Amino acid sequence: MAITTVPGTTRKPGRPTPPHTGPQRTSLGRKVRDNLTGHAFLIGAVLCFVVFSWYPMIRGIVMSFQRTRRGETTWVGWDNYSRIISDPSFWPAWQNTLYFTVLALVLGYAVPFFVAILLNEFRHAKGYLRILVYLPVMLPPASALYLFKFYAYDPSEAGLFNAILKALHLPTSQWMQSAEMTMPAMVIASTWMNMGGAVLIYLASLQNIPGELYEAAELDGAGIWKRIRHVTIPQTRLILALLAMIQIVATMQLFIEPLILANGAGAEDSATSVAYLIYQHGFFQNDLNGAAALGVIMLVVLAGFSAAYLRLSAKQD
Amino acid sequence: MSVPQYRKAAALALVAGLGFSLTACSTKSDDKDTNAGGKVTITVDCQPVGAQKELLKNWNDDVAEFQRQNPDIVIKSVSVGEQCNNPPDFTARLAGGTVTDVFYGYMTDLQQVLDSGQAMDISPHVNKDAIPTWDSVDPALKEAFTDGGKLYAVPVKNYSMGLVYNKVLFQQAGLDVNNPPKTWGEVRAAAKKISALGNGIAGYSEYSAGNTGGWHFTSLLYSQGGQVLTADGKKADFNNAMGKQVLQNLKDMRYGDNSMGARQLLQWGDLLTNAGAGKVGMFIGAPDATQAIVSQFQGKFQDWAMSPLPGQDGLAKGTLGGGEGYFFKKDLTPEQVKAGLKWIAYQKLTPGKGQFDYVRAKPQNYPVGLPQPLLFANGSEAQKQELELRKANANVDTANFAIFEATPVPIKGEPRNAQAVYAVLDAAMSGVLTNPNPNSNIDALLKTAEEKVNQLLAAES
Repeated sequence: MAITTVPGTTRKPGRPTPPHTGPQRTSLGRKVRDNLTGHAFLIGAVLCFVVFSWYPMIRGIVMSFQRTRRGETTWVGWDNYSRIISDPSFWPAWQNTLYFTVLALVLGYAVPFFVAILLNEFRHAKGYLRILVYLPVMLPPASALYLFKFYAYDPSEAGLFNAILKALHLPTSQWMQSAEMTMPAMVIASTWMNMGGAVLIYLASLQNIPGELYEAAELDGAGIWKRIRHVTIPQTRLILALLAMIQIVATMQLFIEPLILANGAGAEDSATSVAYLIYQHGFFQNDLNGAAALGVIMLVVLAGFSAAYLRLSAKQD
Repeated sequence: MSVPQYRKAAALALVAGLGFSLTACSTKSDDKDTNAGGKVTITVDCQPVGAQKELLKNWNDDVAEFQRQNPDIVIKSVSVGEQCNNPPDFTARLAGGTVTDVFYGYMTDLQQVLDSGQAMDISPHVNKDAIPTWDSVDPALKEAFTDGGKLYAVPVKNYSMGLVYNKVLFQQAGLDVNNPPKTWGEVRAAAKKISALGNGIAGYSEYSAGNTGGWHFTSLLYSQGGQVLTADGKKADFNNAMGKQVLQNLKDMRYGDNSMGARQLLQWGDLLTNAGAGKVGMFIGAPDATQAIVSQFQGKFQDWAMSPLPGQDGLAKGTLGGGEGYFFKKDLTPEQVKAGLKWIAYQKLTPGKGQFDYVRAKPQNYPVGLPQPLLFANGSEAQKQELELRKANANVDTANFAIFEATPVPIKGEPRNAQAVYAVLDAAMSGVLTNPNPNSNIDALLKTAEEKVNQLLAAES
């Protein structure tokens, strides 16, 4: 076989480069020159982050300490924060958001895991089943939510869920028109929409578990629940923890579900989330500074969860 | 070229491309003032969208004719959506400073526009020379766009609310289309008969989401003689017998008679979609609601009629009114302001031209003959001309709006900080329309809303 060399890469014979013996004093310019191509490619990504993520974030923090009136922007210290905290919808919005997060953890977190275990047990049609589970993720979220709004959650007996409940001789529900059912209904829709991705991650993780562990457990007389408890969960606990963190961060930014399913605040404000309150202040109430303050509060809360996620992520690596 | 060289070239091309893109983004258009030919260029928004074919053609024809008459002015039209002022988009444009030179806004937007620092005081420029019909424009509408004695926008449209009703459903339910309900008690009785037609028809329909519930609560409260805020605008003023009556009326229809349909949490498009589908007997709205039902929601003009807003025991004591106008972006040159005013005078404020070109509109699928806009003051020369043209070219049965027009109800404007107040009042509306519990407490709903509005106002001040 002919050996080809990339031109310009063959070392010419000559005096060998002396090894470095003293402390390396490489200037920044030298470092950049040495990796010019890499740095040039990096610039695009960094610029995107600067323009679309970091600058708006810093600008948001700055705005949260300012007030713009009559075209004049002044520094107002913590005024926006105290004003936003005294907004009558502030604490209900946090309560609603946390309620959704907890419900989403119980339902939206557990369901994909068990679906993944179930799919993992199938010997046939695995590929088809995975596509079936992943299909809702491919639907644009707004379309999926409109499907729920107009077909599944129709409060009359013509609604899909109410028709099923009626067929089973169970009491029907007002779904999004009931302050009590608003959050559970949003969690059901959200779980259906989003679980495909989580199921695939769980499946990948499940398939990494050595088969011998299950065989050993079976030989020891473990049934399916014991196998899940003593083999599956311990073997996937890091992935489980990681996805829990991602889920908390994602669900706390609850916005599109109330916006579409509940037309915003929902029955008696039962769907008002923190993100929706930010939207209200920023875009309807002429209060961009208050919206920025609320955004910063949310950023701080989510930063805590993100830090936990990063720690877990490092552990996983 | 070697592989590393290809990589370098690709990387440099990428960097250069990004650089050019950013430069392009940061480069301001400098063609907004006076171009090389000595022409004055202005950008104007609210051009109809592509789906509104006839309206768009009318607009473009107006631009062409205006430019022909004024060869030193160039109008650059910008479409900002069918609604022209979708609050989130409008806020973004204001905050980003991307509004056009002459930009559309609601009367309630004045405070937001002033806070953004995007509008200029046009008082020194607006007079009879700039707008020939200016003295005929209703002073109350000018006042709505005035702050501290300075005028910031030219009013171009206005509305007031009444009871919009479906004549076909009225007839099917055995009701007299020429004698629509005058009180809320009569509305309730009519709604009961209409909903008895079945097939998912709501006798009376109402908003309760997206801040539209609060908007309609305000109008319903005005009909009782109430007001949302105290005269000084510092306290909520709806937690009283009149506010309770508003919610009680709705509760009686929703759960007492089951005459408001199963689906609630409706906002603007939801209700009009149902209306267009012939599923709504009555609702409160402005005359142009019928236009939306026809042009956007496939309804028919001949099905709809309008009467004054009902009151509790007789005619309503007040109704909600509002309107829209065009602001002028700060830092425009005097020539641009003059050009902008000339355009608005031509397209919006001249009987027989632009929006008042009823001869052109007559064969189109847009109504001529609605009692709206009522831009010109009673008895003014412009009003006389406009009414004559409207009457001569009506393409809708003006009898459908005769009762509304002949029975004026005192018009009241929207409260201070309207959207924030409406957001709070949505909860009271949704509470009464979605809670079937007969013991659900109207007093508690109003008390909570009152506390919230007072907190909001206190925080604002």
